[in-house]
Amino acid sequence: MTGALLTISGLTKAYPGVVANDDVSFDIREGEVHALLGENGAGKSTLVKMIYGLVRPDSGEMQLRGAPFAPAEPRAARAAGVAMVFQHFSLFDAMSVAENIALGMEKPPRLRDLAHRIREVSETYGLPLDPYRTVGGLSAGERQRVEIIRCLLQDPRLLIMDEPTSVLTPQEVDILFQTLRKLTAEGVAILYISHKLEEIRALCDRATILRHGRNVGTCVPSQTTARAMAEMMVGASFAAPARAPHATGAVALDVTGLSMPAPDAFGTALRNIHLQLHEGEILGVGGVAGNGQDELLAALSGERRSTGDAIRLRGRPIGRLGPNARRDLGLLTAPEERLGHAAAPEMSLTENVLLTAARRQNLVSHGFLRWPAARRFAGQVITAFDVRTPGPETAARALSGGNLQKFVIGREVLQQPGILIVNQPTWGVDAAAAAAIRQALLDLAANGTAILCISQDLDELIEISDRFAALNEGRLSEAHATRDLSLEEIGLMMGGAHGMEVAHA
Amino acid sequence: MLKLEKRPQPSRAWTYLTPVLAVVVTMLAGGALFAMLGNDPVEAIRTIFWEPLFGEFASYYRPQLLVKAGPLILIAIGLSLGFRAGIWNIGAEGQYIIGAITGAAVGLAFYPVDLWVIFPLMILAGALGGWVWAMIPGLLKVRFGTNEILVSLMLVYVAEQLLAKMALGLLRNPEGRGFPGSRNLQQYPAAHNAEIITGTGMHWGVVAAFIAVIFAYVLLSRHILGHQIQLAGQAPRAARFAGVNPARLTLICLGLSGALAGMAGMFEVSGPAGQISIDFNVGYGFTAIIVAFLGRLHPVGIALAGLLMALTYIGGEIAELNLSLPAAAIQMFQGMLLFFLLAVDVLTNYRVRLRTAEVA
Amino acid sequence: MDLSSISPTLLLASLIVAATPILLAALGELVVERAGVLNLGVEGMMITGAICGFAIAVNTGSPALGFVMAAVGGAALALLFALLTQVALANQVASGLALTLFGLGLSALLGQGYVGIKPPPTGKLDIPMLSDLPFLGRVVFGHDLMVYIALALVAAVWATLKYTRAGLILRAVGENHDAAHALGYKVVRVRILAILFGGACAGLGGAYISLVRVPQWTDGMTAGAGWIALALVVFASWKAGRVLLGAWLFGGITVLQLNLQAAGAAIPVEYLSMSPYLITILVLVIMSADKSRAPASLGRTFHASQ
Repeated sequence: MTGALLTISGLTKAYPGVVANDDVSFDIREGEVHALLGENGAGKSTLVKMIYGLVRPDSGEMQLRGAPFAPAEPRAARAAGVAMVFQHFSLFDAMSVAENIALGMEKPPRLRDLAHRIREVSETYGLPLDPYRTVGGLSAGERQRVEIIRCLLQDPRLLIMDEPTSVLTPQEVDILFQTLRKLTAEGVAILYISHKLEEIRALCDRATILRHGRNVGTCVPSQTTARAMAEMMVGASFAAPARAPHATGAVALDVTGLSMPAPDAFGTALRNIHLQLHEGEILGVGGVAGNGQDELLAALSGERRSTGDAIRLRGRPIGRLGPNARRDLGLLTAPEERLGHAAAPEMSLTENVLLTAARRQNLVSHGFLRWPAARRFAGQVITAFDVRTPGPETAARALSGGNLQKFVIGREVLQQPGILIVNQPTWGVDAAAAAAIRQALLDLAANGTAILCISQDLDELIEISDRFAALNEGRLSEAHATRDLSLEEIGLMMGGAHGMEVAHA
Repeated sequence: MLKLEKRPQPSRAWTYLTPVLAVVVTMLAGGALFAMLGNDPVEAIRTIFWEPLFGEFASYYRPQLLVKAGPLILIAIGLSLGFRAGIWNIGAEGQYIIGAITGAAVGLAFYPVDLWVIFPLMILAGALGGWVWAMIPGLLKVRFGTNEILVSLMLVYVAEQLLAKMALGLLRNPEGRGFPGSRNLQQYPAAHNAEIITGTGMHWGVVAAFIAVIFAYVLLSRHILGHQIQLAGQAPRAARFAGVNPARLTLICLGLSGALAGMAGMFEVSGPAGQISIDFNVGYGFTAIIVAFLGRLHPVGIALAGLLMALTYIGGEIAELNLSLPAAAIQMFQGMLLFFLLAVDVLTNYRVRLRTAEVA
Repeated sequence: MDLSSISPTLLLASLIVAATPILLAALGELVVERAGVLNLGVEGMMITGAICGFAIAVNTGSPALGFVMAAVGGAALALLFALLTQVALANQVASGLALTLFGLGLSALLGQGYVGIKPPPTGKLDIPMLSDLPFLGRVVFGHDLMVYIALALVAAVWATLKYTRAGLILRAVGENHDAAHALGYKVVRVRILAILFGGACAGLGGAYISLVRVPQWTDGMTAGAGWIALALVVFASWKAGRVLLGAWLFGGITVLQLNLQAAGAAIPVEYLSMSPYLITILVLVIMSADKSRAPASLGRTFHASQ
């Protein structure tokens, strides 16, 4: 291992109300995988944006191979050999793979030559990809390949990867790691952003840990326990969710042969889904993003109607009922997207409780709103779920992700649902809030509620679910008791008919 | 360097201040415009905003205020509900024309019978006419996903042609010696929308406008439908999640705004205008769009904005008479007002920060 | 009614003339919408272009200069829209409506002294031999320069969007402005340029109405052409080639109904006059089945910090 490629010293960046990065210093060596570890909101994204030229630091400086490095825009960073794979891919759905890659390059060759080079690079690194396919139709794993190849075509010295494995099956993660090792062997440095400790221990040479915008230490992950790193990351230990043993009851929700066409050109069709959800159990539904999670939630919540018999609630066909009729029967849902789906960003929390609780909590009478009752219920949610906000009149978008998520889940939990469907309940939420939400779900199940938890976080599902099933291209696997499954079996369930064997054949 | 920064919450103070600021800036810019046209800017602005209310002939002009504000407010209230829900009916002018035609047609059909029921029937017919005309874009949107902006606007031109056809054909005054235009409803007491209190300009259309303001206020602040309208406009996906049926909401909003615009047309033709003629419509349906935005889509705001806009109409007429300021100048003045309002609106949702060049 | 008075040669020739204003305006709007911006102010920019072009042509005696200034006038109005929507982040639908209302007022004001005047004639391009061909000479080669400029512009826009880097970036901005920003493209700058181009095109289209097609000045003379141009973009599924097709279709309908009016058809004049608008609605209904071609970021406000 050679000397430092990128030296960061004293980087500080403040936004109104928060200091995103406070005097952060560390260095990245050539040919190493350097982990940047931290909770959501710890300042990882801001730091990376500064390196990539998207954000300019308030103070501090960077040096790339000894020369001052202050990219004014991503183009300058790319010219200096810094490339980045974004967490939410910066891809253009309606365009072809080749066009997408051309957009990420300074001087792209003609499209035909570019397609040729794409094929070359994809074969070298074991990332099969057809340059002429439309990106909108690709799976999450394939989309990530587009991003990676876009970076590799520019011969980067430093490759930044922001949470690259959050959209991959365990098998796809293995393939990615092989590609990354191949790159480091060629001397490329990788800045690897993640909060998944085991992954970092398996892949990274060194790790820098951020907490509240500060660098709280650098360690060698292979010689540090996951627990020690977690404590550095979180700052204090918190209680892991506790699970009271309990028996599951009768079938509350019975889905048989549910099929639905894709809602739009880039959506996923649901294909012949069968599932039985029992009172008092948590059924975990895993799967890589874009395999029908949103569509399954919409079908169960009533936002999209199916045939009546496809979904039965305690024997009663409800497939044709709308969301409010299902709520009347005790089926509540909490979708993944907080802003704009589960909550209206510009509306106050009081107005937002009306979205789902208007009828169950008697917040309307004869069509007229009972504002005091709505305010009281919003207050109850805020208190019971420790939502940090000035009060129920605050606009939803003013809340942090974790607090809004607690509010959204709390709004449903406090209505004492018979059946609760949640999608990504702790996505983008800090560890303490995530633990609180998981605990609330476990408590609810202990009291007899049937819970269907759709999540892309495998650790979460393993932690809270009694049974596990996986979504793959709109099909749902058979459910198995979670404790009987190995990680590898789970991965195979998630992979389903994915073309894993093509890569690294 | 100026930098925009999103506020965590829309500023309440700026919500109220921006319309006032927009009016002030428009006065300044309008003054500059009038100066360029060779008029004394102060005198022009004074003529437009002061003369109708407190000038020499104010007693003549003041009633006009309500006469002009009535239809503007009535139409703008309907439009504001749709705009809040993200449903853009910009063809109110067409619905206004059709309401006038159907309303007048019902009245004329009874001529010369004198029955009290005729006028209420005309109101119903006017509302129905506007409703039907607005249901065309509504049903096409719900059924085929057709853009309601373009369809409702195209129907304005269709309605204008229908108006011409009616004035020259079916509704032409048989005793009018072949001149285009219908019988004058002002001379047919059973169908005449007369002033309720002499000398105030208060006719039934103005009453309807104020009822509409109160109705919209209660709907938006107290009723679940009002909540759903706002939800659908701000976060359509959240609205579907909350069980709002978008098709139903589209039809309600378009239907309501069409019916109100149709009623406005009927009150106008049976009152101030008097007859169906080729040039019956004067653009109230379009000006009402400005009124709706200037009033921040809030019922009370719309009432105030309607009065202000009526003032500029009357003031414009006086300025045309006294200062020979061209009529088009006022039209442009109104357009400018909407421009400045949209521009200063940024202050409600964003904070403007002055930043010195930073050292990276 | 005397249908024999309608000459197919003249009909086709005037079809191309009638199609040119909406073709120009729709082409400009197509570029704007491909960049992800919905500018409903086409009508306002067209009428402003119409009066700017008319006034300059009358005062200088040069129609060419008139067209240039019409483009400048349209772009100037478009700049207001760009400032509102891209800098002040105002709602695009409302801003577009404001632009149309403002443009109608402005043009009426500017046009005060020009009612009833005849503009200097815009010369026809007389290509020896070709223009003398029977039928084809009149239909294809007997027009003024603007007709050919408009056609060339269709080809230029098509090729730019499909084959050039600038076109690729423009489409990227319209498709996903957040991703384009993350890759370092100047979303706001690209959009402002597109809006200005759209304004210039609409201005040219308006001037073509007042200088060639009518040719004289009356208040509100564009009579919804700007809105038809907007509908045309939807009809064309955001493709340049199909805009040309659509413009000819609408040009044909307009010319045909005018000819029927002149020939004294049994259908009342008013019904013939409303037919272009009714057919626009019909076409919109047919085309709205396929929404998938619309740029994904169309009409959404972009703010970098979000």
